[in-house]
Amino acid sequence: MTARERIAGNVANYVDERTGAAKWMKKNLTKVFPDHWSFLLGEIALYSFIILLLSGTFLTFWFDPSQREVIYEGNYEPLEGLKMSAAYASTLHISFEVRGGLLMRQIHHWAALIFMAAIVVHLMRVYFTGAFRKPREFNWIIGVGLLTLGIVEGFLGYSLPDDLLSGTGIRIAEAIIQALPVVGSYLAFFAFGGAFPGEAFIPRIYTVHVLLLPGAFLALITVHLMLVWYQKHTQYPGPGRTEKNVVGYPLLPVYMAKAGGFFFIVFGVTAFLGAVASINPIWLYGPYTPGQISAGSQPDWYMGWLDGLVRMSPPLETHAFGHTISWNILIPGLIVPGILFTGMALYPFIESWITGDKREHHLLDRPRNAPNRTALGVMSLTFMLVALINGGNDIIATTFHLTINQIMWFSRIAIFVLPPIAFVITKRLCLSLQRADRELVLHGRETGRLVMMPHGEFVEVHEPISAEKAWLLTQHEQNPALALEEHDSSGVRRPKALKNKLRARMSKAHAVAVPKATAEDLKQIEHH
Amino acid sequence: MSNEIETIKDPGLPAHVHRRTDTDPKAAQRAERQVAILFLLSALGTVLLIGSYIFIPQDIFIFFPVLGNTNAHQLFLGLGMAFSLFFIGMGAIHWAKTLMPDEEVVIQRHEFRSPDEDRADFVKAAKDGAAAAGLGRRSLIKRTLGLALGLAGLSPIILLRDLGPLPGDELSKTSWKAGTRLVTDPGDRPIRAEDLEVGAVAQTLPELAAGGHRTLADIGKDAVLLIRLRPEEFNLDAERLSWTHEGIIAFSKICSHMGCAVALYEQQTKHLLCPCHQSTFDVTRAAKVIFGPAARPLPQLAITVDSEGYLVAQNPFNEPVGPSFWERSS
Repeated sequence: MTARERIAGNVANYVDERTGAAKWMKKNLTKVFPDHWSFLLGEIALYSFIILLLSGTFLTFWFDPSQREVIYEGNYEPLEGLKMSAAYASTLHISFEVRGGLLMRQIHHWAALIFMAAIVVHLMRVYFTGAFRKPREFNWIIGVGLLTLGIVEGFLGYSLPDDLLSGTGIRIAEAIIQALPVVGSYLAFFAFGGAFPGEAFIPRIYTVHVLLLPGAFLALITVHLMLVWYQKHTQYPGPGRTEKNVVGYPLLPVYMAKAGGFFFIVFGVTAFLGAVASINPIWLYGPYTPGQISAGSQPDWYMGWLDGLVRMSPPLETHAFGHTISWNILIPGLIVPGILFTGMALYPFIESWITGDKREHHLLDRPRNAPNRTALGVMSLTFMLVALINGGNDIIATTFHLTINQIMWFSRIAIFVLPPIAFVITKRLCLSLQRADRELVLHGRETGRLVMMPHGEFVEVHEPISAEKAWLLTQHEQNPALALEEHDSSGVRRPKALKNKLRARMSKAHAVAVPKATAEDLKQIEHH
Repeated sequence: MSNEIETIKDPGLPAHVHRRTDTDPKAAQRAERQVAILFLLSALGTVLLIGSYIFIPQDIFIFFPVLGNTNAHQLFLGLGMAFSLFFIGMGAIHWAKTLMPDEEVVIQRHEFRSPDEDRADFVKAAKDGAAAAGLGRRSLIKRTLGLALGLAGLSPIILLRDLGPLPGDELSKTSWKAGTRLVTDPGDRPIRAEDLEVGAVAQTLPELAAGGHRTLADIGKDAVLLIRLRPEEFNLDAERLSWTHEGIIAFSKICSHMGCAVALYEQQTKHLLCPCHQSTFDVTRAAKVIFGPAARPLPQLAITVDSEGYLVAQNPFNEPVGPSFWERSS
């Protein structure tokens, strides 16, 4: 036994005698993780969060979260002698005087954008492959919660420097609070410590940004990962992969090396962006004052869809009995997002209600094999995309020499028309892909080789596909629609029949499929 | 499709194919060297980071194609950091992919549902616990506990009361009074009608009393935009026309939609546009909304001139400025 082994053994013994960790470690160090590039998306989100914690901590050492008025006397000459908040002045100090300060600011901002993008793409992966199905509904809801918190956290973060652009964003947030019926003005005055902008808001959101929300993130991410760990990861279908097993690489050493290495790659790429790609150059915007604004005011991308909805809203306000309700703010700013996010959180339960499927699922769906779900997802994305495009309508107008009116009217119509069209097209595409899969299994791969038959006819030679490929294309279940009787056995109409009717119709739509190729189909073809 | 139909069979996990590094010791040695080189590149990155931090002054700018004029200190510091991190990751992954075992392992899943006995035991334990505490029988305790918890839950709301003052009529008031002079922002100079040419725009604020102080909250309500047109260009009723002076018209600069500064004036069309949500107001028709989500015109400030010829407010605003709120009556 070498000296090193003896020391390691002693340490392990010391820890195990006090915690009994060896049993747990033995089991978990050999835990198997399936491998697929799309499983890296969630990892990117996790690693970006760690980068955010590290770079954010660096920034707190110099940032002064105060709206106290100061006169700027720093290195950046164009703003010399200007009145501004201490928050803005300290952000300038970080950018121009602290070595590595600007780099860390840019890394922090890039990491936030990557964090949000990774969450959204990860969510899309989970949705389109059906990974949210039983038993993973809790993790889906936690994920929707993390996405929502991420939007808030990002907004608060880029509001902290108190520059002209972010101050305008806070002004809009204040208007949304103020628009709430009955309690709006009160909530706004409590949040801002008086009339907008006051001197209380930046210090308050600083606490929320660096303490409350990161704490909530840590708690939710911990539960999210513990559930992934405990429930074991889902896997894509393929030869030898079943609902009952996990095929992949053990945690030690392969998975640990890959995942750990990937953290450094994500951090390295973020640092590279921070080094070469300027982001949020607050010194160009100037300090915030409510009387000024810069043209082309844009939120960060994950808020853009919300801004786009507000922009396309018609000018609706109700004035009655001495009160005002601003539908032009409430509908796009609160009601529609509320419906979207609630619907998203509840989707696993809605789908299982429609299909009547209460079984556990660990094998992922290929999106084409769940046409209704895939179409619904593309429909929602189309809605968000139209909203996002309208959120940049001023930039699009100046870039492409269009008028704001044209883009706004396009968006107002497209937000209703395009999502249903996207649904229909996606569903058709999925079914066509199913048909192509069936063809491929039954008739083989087109080789591109043309052969002239003795009687002069040209035919293309098809080659049978491998057994592995054939299995991949046919392993999925095709379940019939729910058979819901409108009347019970004695002919009495069941209560809630309308609900049943709706369920039956949706179930039918959900079950639409091109019959997959079977061994019998293959045999029949061979006989011909 | 029901299960009776014979489906295509699962051929099972494909046989493992060895990599070159598994069979050829030379390839393995080569891979080892590659991993080492990647780790060395990372080390060089850290050297670049430390060197840039110490030796490159913060005020040197270098021109790079694509990037433009770039601060050398920030750029090389960042590149050093990027290389130092990135190549650690590349090395680790290359190591895992070429030299660590790549044979896929199969483990079995366990069912999450607890065995029926355990479930029954759990229900029994929970019931016994509740019974032992007497929750079912002692309804007095249950109800008073509910009351106590409910009231205790209220205390955060009470304790947060001092977050801010009650709004009162703050949202409906501005600093403008009859006779308040309009002064330039910035500069705080009073304005004569002849200071503004036709077509010109000026951002103004109410004049401060001597020794007075102006907060951002004041600016957020008081900011007023002056625009001078030819008087015949107005399309106003008699009252609103009397609120103008020699073609000069004054509007609140705070958008009636969400409170952004309505700062874009199109001289040709005489439209005011809010850059936040593109609400567009027609200056000639008392800032009527002609496009976008805003539901109300910008409030107009009645102006005239005082005895010295300086522009002053005739009256305070006759309605609240800025975005709507519940207590607003029109």
